Amino acid sequence: MRKFYVAIATVLAFVVVLASEISEVKIGAGWEMTGPIAGFGQMSWDGVKLAMKLRPTVRIGNKDVPVKVVLLDNKGDKAEAANVVKRLIDVEKVVTILGPCTSSCALAAGAIAEQKQVPMVTNTATNPLVTQNRRFIFRACFIDPMQGELLAKFAWEQLGSRNVAIMVDVAQDYVVGLANYFKRKFAQLGGKFFEEYYNTGDQDFTAQLTDALSKKPDTIFLPGYYSEIALICKQARELGFKGNFLAGDGADAPELIQIGGKFVEGLYYTTYFHQDADLSPATKPFVEAYIKEYNRRPDAFGALAFDAYNLVLDAIERAQSIDPVAIRDALAATKDFQGVGGSITYPEGSGDPVKPAVINTVKNGQFILMTVVRP
Amino acid sequence: MEKTLPNNLKFFLTIVLIFLIGILLFLANNKASEYVILILNLMAINIIFSVSLTLINGITGIFSLGHAGFIAIGAYVSTLLTLSVSQKEMTFLIKPLIYPLNQIQLPFLPATLIAGLVAAGFGYIVAAPSLRLIGDYLAIATLGLGETIRIIANNAWSITNGALGLKAIPPYTNIYWSWGWAFVTVLVISSLVKSSYGRALKAIREDPIAAKAMGINVFSHQVVSFVLGSLFAGVGGALWAHLITTIDPKSFAFSKTFEILIMAVLGGLGSISGAIIGASIYTVGLEFLRVLESPFKIGFISFPGIPGMRMVVLSVLLIVLMLFWQRGIMGRKELSWDSVYALVAKRLKKRGGNDE
Amino acid sequence: MTGAPAKGGFSKIGGDSLNLSGFLQHLVNAVSLGGIYALIAIGYTMVYGILRLINFAHGDVFTYGIYFAFYGVVLFLMPWWIAFVFSIFLTAFLGAFIERIAYRPLRNAPRISALITAIGVSFFLQNFAVVVFGGRAKSFNPQTGIYPTSFLNMINIGNVRIPILTFITIGIVFVALILLMWIVYRTKIGMAMRAISKDIPTTRLMGVNADRVISFTFMLGSGLAAIGGILWAMKYPQVYPYTGMIPGLKAFIAAVVGGIGSIQGAMVGGFILGISEIMIVAFVPSLAGYRDAFAYAILLFVLLVKPTGILGVEVSEKV
Repeated sequence: MRKFYVAIATVLAFVVVLASEISEVKIGAGWEMTGPIAGFGQMSWDGVKLAMKLRPTVRIGNKDVPVKVVLLDNKGDKAEAANVVKRLIDVEKVVTILGPCTSSCALAAGAIAEQKQVPMVTNTATNPLVTQNRRFIFRACFIDPMQGELLAKFAWEQLGSRNVAIMVDVAQDYVVGLANYFKRKFAQLGGKFFEEYYNTGDQDFTAQLTDALSKKPDTIFLPGYYSEIALICKQARELGFKGNFLAGDGADAPELIQIGGKFVEGLYYTTYFHQDADLSPATKPFVEAYIKEYNRRPDAFGALAFDAYNLVLDAIERAQSIDPVAIRDALAATKDFQGVGGSITYPEGSGDPVKPAVINTVKNGQFILMTVVRP
Repeated sequence: MEKTLPNNLKFFLTIVLIFLIGILLFLANNKASEYVILILNLMAINIIFSVSLTLINGITGIFSLGHAGFIAIGAYVSTLLTLSVSQKEMTFLIKPLIYPLNQIQLPFLPATLIAGLVAAGFGYIVAAPSLRLIGDYLAIATLGLGETIRIIANNAWSITNGALGLKAIPPYTNIYWSWGWAFVTVLVISSLVKSSYGRALKAIREDPIAAKAMGINVFSHQVVSFVLGSLFAGVGGALWAHLITTIDPKSFAFSKTFEILIMAVLGGLGSISGAIIGASIYTVGLEFLRVLESPFKIGFISFPGIPGMRMVVLSVLLIVLMLFWQRGIMGRKELSWDSVYALVAKRLKKRGGNDE
Repeated sequence: MTGAPAKGGFSKIGGDSLNLSGFLQHLVNAVSLGGIYALIAIGYTMVYGILRLINFAHGDVFTYGIYFAFYGVVLFLMPWWIAFVFSIFLTAFLGAFIERIAYRPLRNAPRISALITAIGVSFFLQNFAVVVFGGRAKSFNPQTGIYPTSFLNMINIGNVRIPILTFITIGIVFVALILLMWIVYRTKIGMAMRAISKDIPTTRLMGVNADRVISFTFMLGSGLAAIGGILWAMKYPQVYPYTGMIPGLKAFIAAVVGGIGSIQGAMVGGFILGISEIMIVAFVPSLAGYRDAFAYAILLFVLLVKPTGILGVEVSEKV
């Protein structure tokens, strides 16, 4: 008798599924919406909101299915990032996850997504370990070995740096990793360097800087995040440092200029996007739509979050399914996706696209494009 | 006089209750979603934390704010023992792990036991100097101790991997481990409290000087309570680390101690059953409040999700609770079969009265 | 700045920072940091002295002082100095308001209830700031008109360059401290405050409105925290909901080290903490990571040697 009920229920469920087909595609987003690096999460979310407005549905079969994005805040905390992914998958039943921005959170979140076999696309986590040995984790950005080498070459060739002080935020995998790739290339070129350490959230760096400046560096390399970079630049200039500042994509937030003011003038940094950089045919329409929507210039985090959203929607359309494993296979097969931050192709068995980088500088309180470096 | 039940019956009822909980957990483990299982695990671990803190703060009256430090010790010690050798090499990027930790890999149970013992040993070392202090000074000193442990973890790169923390911890914690340990914790601590030792502890809480005059060795009793509390904090830390699978020193900031204190006070500081109830309500409530951060609709008006709203509501609830309901749910009473029986009897009697 | 690498830069650890001008630079920094700690520590110590309550929310009151000044300039377009004064008064009222709502009903409750309420208020203030002011850091630098750019000009003393702001900070700290001492020791309300810290019921019998005096104490402490906050934000030009956590905790340690309950103790503790924190990192840079632990080490050392702090009064256990 019980078997009979089960059979009936199964048939009914099947009929219901067939009749309604797929009524909604649920995508999860776990970003750093509060906490010390809330800027990154909020910029990313703005990018996704715009993407949702421009492309609210996904075509499955011959029906336009509405897309819903469920956003949860991971507070920039590693444990919370893992928790958020668990909740997105188990409670919200999302088929794919966007985010987080930072490598530490993406590592913790990725471990869960991989275990549960739900694809995760991070917009800007650049540490190589994020996707290493993982089948379900993808990213929309370049990786740190490439960025570190680029920065080292730029420092050696363009800035003429020979003795570099590196300020390492030892609480962030991204920062430790990027500093290491920089050091490897810079030593190869014949440069000298030394390190000073701090922790995310520190506000006073005068002691480390006094020590660093006594070693007479010509450049200070800041592979950390924008809040601390702005404070370090201010305190270094006040201590009389006259050399160059160099940073990675962690510097790329309007707060850098708002907090750093005149002290971050002339800082160079690498990142993924600049509105004036001609990265792909999709760049210009995006910039126009973004300015129309938010009345301000688009940023790299929003641009790549915009790409991550469209990347996932494309994969769903190619898979013609909302089964997470099918979406994963379609994502892995992505070829020549025209993102606003450059085209994305995933090499066989890897979630790391080969992408161009841009080098920006701060001039008169604006982020100015210097060059685009293509791979 | 309240009626009491015969002891045999109480024992039987307790066995039945434990058996029922066991069956429920077994069902949950097999049927429930992983998210529900996660919450159940967290609930058990929080019970361990709040019951062990209740022993120190509520029963013995030592105002300790250093619980997070002992949890950190348990979490780190167990993780360093269970991580595989190759994973340790991958994780320790800045400085390699010291010998012999880099060569050891133990199963979960011995790792948890050692974690508890190390935390207890550390509790013993710090108990002697801090227990000389009284009242607020003891609270401040233990807060400082807990924070010092965290800062050492943040800087001892060759042992803890510093601020980067430990990753890819094997997810050994499951319903059986967490609830099993919660059961052991409650059993050990409640039988201690029921014994003559426990009565001595309560006497110390009420008035240390009077207790001393009665011939109780106040200091040694306090040390035993502190060490036992630290032991279970360490065990809970080990379970927590193997549940969350990523730990770093930030996870053990003093807000962790406050969180546990809130659970204990919510249930009623001084009551073990209160601590259990408080931990359960807190764990489930915190997840339930997440609703506030996702967009929701009341009638035709829809509200966008506001990040951070959950914590605002939680803190308001905490303040209101403290203002109007200081004794918490249980006060210092314990939930027992007698009290349940009395309650049921009263209800029945009332209903009987209405019928007439 | 190109060309040959600096000679011998690697071998001389901390070399240049050990000479006299380097020392002077660190000393000025240390005094300004210590002064800010002292301003916050006084709030902790006064409240403790009167209510025996560790007001954990004090660090967050400090944060709100910065936010009020920020919004005074940015939203209400006040001239910066009016905004600063406005913020000091508003923060003072916030402090008194917190006392009225959350602490007064618990005056006769067990100490742990009041303490947990203080923790609850602290959580509330932080998270309320996240929701209302936003989680992203706000810039507090002269380019947004928050204070004159000229504050950042440098003064050269020998071969040391020190921003004017540092001297302004030290000046304001000392003016505030002198004003406070005057209020506490030379005015009627100050006398009432001192009386209440000895014995509330007796003071009441003498015809003093204890509630009013306690409110005033909270206002005074919170106002000083706002001054400290604004000075802090000028030094580290940003404000976010958790800005006050670390300085709040340090100031709390300072209050305990100096002898909680004693105003002079809080000042001494603040300066000890600020100066030792800067100096230890300056002269032993390898210990930079242990800077916070060092504050706790001082705390534990003082508690073990003289639990009532440097200037605290010995209290014997009542039977």
